[in-house]
Amino acid sequence: MPNAKTRIDFMAVRKSALALSLVLIVISIGSLFVNGLNLGIDFTGGTSIEVRFQQPADLGQVRSVLAEGGFDKAIVQNVDTARDVLIRLAPRPGEDSAELSNEVLQLLRNMTEGGAEMRSVDFVGPQVGEELRDRGGIAILVALAGILLYVWVRFIHWGFSVGSVLALVHDVIITVGVFSLARISFDLTVLAAILAVIGYSLNDTIVVFDRVRENFRLMRKAEPPEVLNTSINQMLTRTLITSGTTLLVLFALLIFGGDNIFGFALALVVGIVVGTYSSIYIASNALIMLGVTKQDLMPVEKEGEGEETP
Amino acid sequence: MNRYPLWKYLLILAVVVGGILYALPNRYPQDPALQISATRGVEVNETVSQRVANVLEQVGVAYKEVSLEQEQLLVRFHDVDDQLKAQDIVRNVLGSGYIVALNLAPSTPEWLQAFNARPMSLGLDLRGGVHFLMQVDMDEVLAKTLERNEGEFRTLLIENNIPYEDVSRTEEAVLASFASAALRERALDALRGEYRDDMAFDSLEVDGAFRIEARVREEALQEIRNFAVQQNVTALRKRVNELGVAEPLIQQAGEDRVVVQLPGVQDTARAKEILGKTATLEFRLVNEGADAYEAQATGRVPAGDRLYLDRQGQPILLKRRVMLTGDYIIDAQSGIDTESGGPSVTITLDGKGARLFSKASGENVKRLMAVVFIETQTETRMINGERVNVPIKIEEVINVARIQEQLGKRFQITGLDSSREAADLALLLRAGALAAPMQIVEERTIGPSLGKDNIERGFKSVVIGFVLVMIFMALYYRVFGLIANLALTANLLLIVAALSLFQATLTLPGIAGIVLTVGMAVDANVLIFERIREELRNGVSPQAAIRAGYDKALSTIADANITTLIAAIALIVIGTGPVQGFAVTLSIGIVSSMFTAIMGTRAVVNLIYGNRRLKRLAI
Repeated sequence: MPNAKTRIDFMAVRKSALALSLVLIVISIGSLFVNGLNLGIDFTGGTSIEVRFQQPADLGQVRSVLAEGGFDKAIVQNVDTARDVLIRLAPRPGEDSAELSNEVLQLLRNMTEGGAEMRSVDFVGPQVGEELRDRGGIAILVALAGILLYVWVRFIHWGFSVGSVLALVHDVIITVGVFSLARISFDLTVLAAILAVIGYSLNDTIVVFDRVRENFRLMRKAEPPEVLNTSINQMLTRTLITSGTTLLVLFALLIFGGDNIFGFALALVVGIVVGTYSSIYIASNALIMLGVTKQDLMPVEKEGEGEETP
Repeated sequence: MNRYPLWKYLLILAVVVGGILYALPNRYPQDPALQISATRGVEVNETVSQRVANVLEQVGVAYKEVSLEQEQLLVRFHDVDDQLKAQDIVRNVLGSGYIVALNLAPSTPEWLQAFNARPMSLGLDLRGGVHFLMQVDMDEVLAKTLERNEGEFRTLLIENNIPYEDVSRTEEAVLASFASAALRERALDALRGEYRDDMAFDSLEVDGAFRIEARVREEALQEIRNFAVQQNVTALRKRVNELGVAEPLIQQAGEDRVVVQLPGVQDTARAKEILGKTATLEFRLVNEGADAYEAQATGRVPAGDRLYLDRQGQPILLKRRVMLTGDYIIDAQSGIDTESGGPSVTITLDGKGARLFSKASGENVKRLMAVVFIETQTETRMINGERVNVPIKIEEVINVARIQEQLGKRFQITGLDSSREAADLALLLRAGALAAPMQIVEERTIGPSLGKDNIERGFKSVVIGFVLVMIFMALYYRVFGLIANLALTANLLLIVAALSLFQATLTLPGIAGIVLTVGMAVDANVLIFERIREELRNGVSPQAAIRAGYDKALSTIADANITTLIAAIALIVIGTGPVQGFAVTLSIGIVSSMFTAIMGTRAVVNLIYGNRRLKRLAI
């Protein structure tokens, strides 16, 4: 079995890691400014209709049929199989959703011999889209605030709080950046995945921090970078195994879950890879840069001793 | 030595047995079924049951079972095709008095039902169906209220001989102007007397004119809004009944919205048409002097009359002139008539309606009056290759009663056969009262084939993810890996049991939550096992290493899980629909994994290694 005792000097490359993170963040934010986010209809409002044809569908023909019917701005693409087609329509003021989807379905049914089967219709009014967007943003902020508070209470020194939240912000920005760069539709389920990433990435950070706190007490003579190095090394196997098993199931979801769940699974895969890296480099780096020392942890030490006496 | 007290073993055993018990109903497939219930004046009984069984045998549609439970008939089928075929046939045979709805009937055996164990309920994205979020147009509600008040003000001022210069309205107030302050004072007295609770009055002087500005009070407005939403909910319920949907969900969401969920609905275009219907009422006099049957047979209807059908399909002749329309009805409640003790419906009219109706009824005391329920729906038809929306009007006489005296603002309809009939009539009257317009602001429709695909994909992902993780754990941690796998299996079982027990709705994102939990649940065990390995490397004895591993990993596991739980709870509280479904399964998974991964594995480890002297551990 591996790991007699891994001794990788993670902290030696912490400056390069920081630079890498900065580059990734700049690219992500840059892409958000240039490309924006390909927001799904959950957030923009609009209609999306998925239909299944008897034969593989000719997207060009679908587009021209829709254009003739007055839907010249429709976005048409394949999903899942060549027979399944997704049509997205921007919101149009004063148009009844019920009418709109019925009309599109009717057009497509008349298009081919075998007709088209309705797979799903989603319509979100502009106002509802706005609300969902607001509530999504609030959910992320509330989750971050709750976690900040919990970590603060548990670890006493504010450096741990700031370190873990910095790591989270880092993960969220890069995950969202990937969606922006690849122009993948960002909808409610992706938002849910981002929140799961927040929970997960934090989980990783906390596990390392727990060990850091313990080692600050045990390794009285060591300097902070050495303490962090030891802690990360001790938790490395665990971090890799847990991320590994989680990625294992996520790939199952990515491959077999179908297009409806693809964005969700992708966000989690990206988030977990980035989150694993960030709990090593961003969170721990922040501890060093914020100057956490063993003196800062004295109150905890007293409390800890109390707990540990049998 | 590592030993657990007996009570801990018993607790774990009890939880696992309970988990199996409540997860078990999901093992039994749900039958496609027809659920038949009565609407009015009829009963679902053995005779109906026999008729349904006979007709299905005649046309050769195979069914599993016909059972009669709580005034409902349940017919189970082997597959969906038979179910759909049977629905058409049974609908035709039974006629309009019965609702024939598609349903999925659980085939949970009786001994499990005794424990109140039921299968999970599947979300719309898994079983197919429609979800609508409808918004009541509150601006329109206020506009209509003010429009009514404007008319009432004029009438009231005229009745009180108070000359006015003008009565008009803005978007939020009714304005009345007078030639002098004295006239305005008189008007104020009169108006306040009538609208004390409903409106607030202000006096203004603009360009030499003496004005009154009347606004609807906030409390009154709240009541009006509430009624508007409630009325729409009632109307929607009635319409959904016609669609034949088992377990529809229609409820108020927030201040001005209504959620409508129709599981299993296949013809969504028809669903939208029926939900989009509008209803009105008309009160008309009955022509008692002519023979309605003769008119129906010969087609010769007396001048000034129209031929209608009542709910039993009997012809009836009504005067063409309308006494009153439903616009003036503010409320309709069923109850008991204090004089006769029989069931009754009390109708409340607004001021203008009361005056109109008082006059009309006063002139026609002792005559028969009919209530006609009119529904308009638009149907899209192809006419000359063009798609045209055709409004279709369905008219039906829902009640005939004799006018006993001159009627005013509040009056009663009595002589109803049962309290159920009274409740039905009140519901129809409310549905036919002036409805605030509604708009669909969100729609999620999942076709049956996509629902089926989603279940298959979700199930496949869970199984594959689960198996991969199990293989990895067994290879990497050997005996301890197998123990962790046992815990993982128990965890999955407990999640399913908890979802079934609380009847939480399982959705596709919910399944994703389960998959994610499977990946993350092993984390606790990984933490513990890595700690044990570490202790062993430091030269600690196997038994002490086990103890230290569990003890020292505990606070880390708790910290890690609580923070994830915080994020999940934020999702449940703030999130909507799909997000909530995901967060619910994730939270359940986190809690149950803490139990199985810590207590569960420790119990098994103690059982296997607890009483032995160990030289080494298979970890």
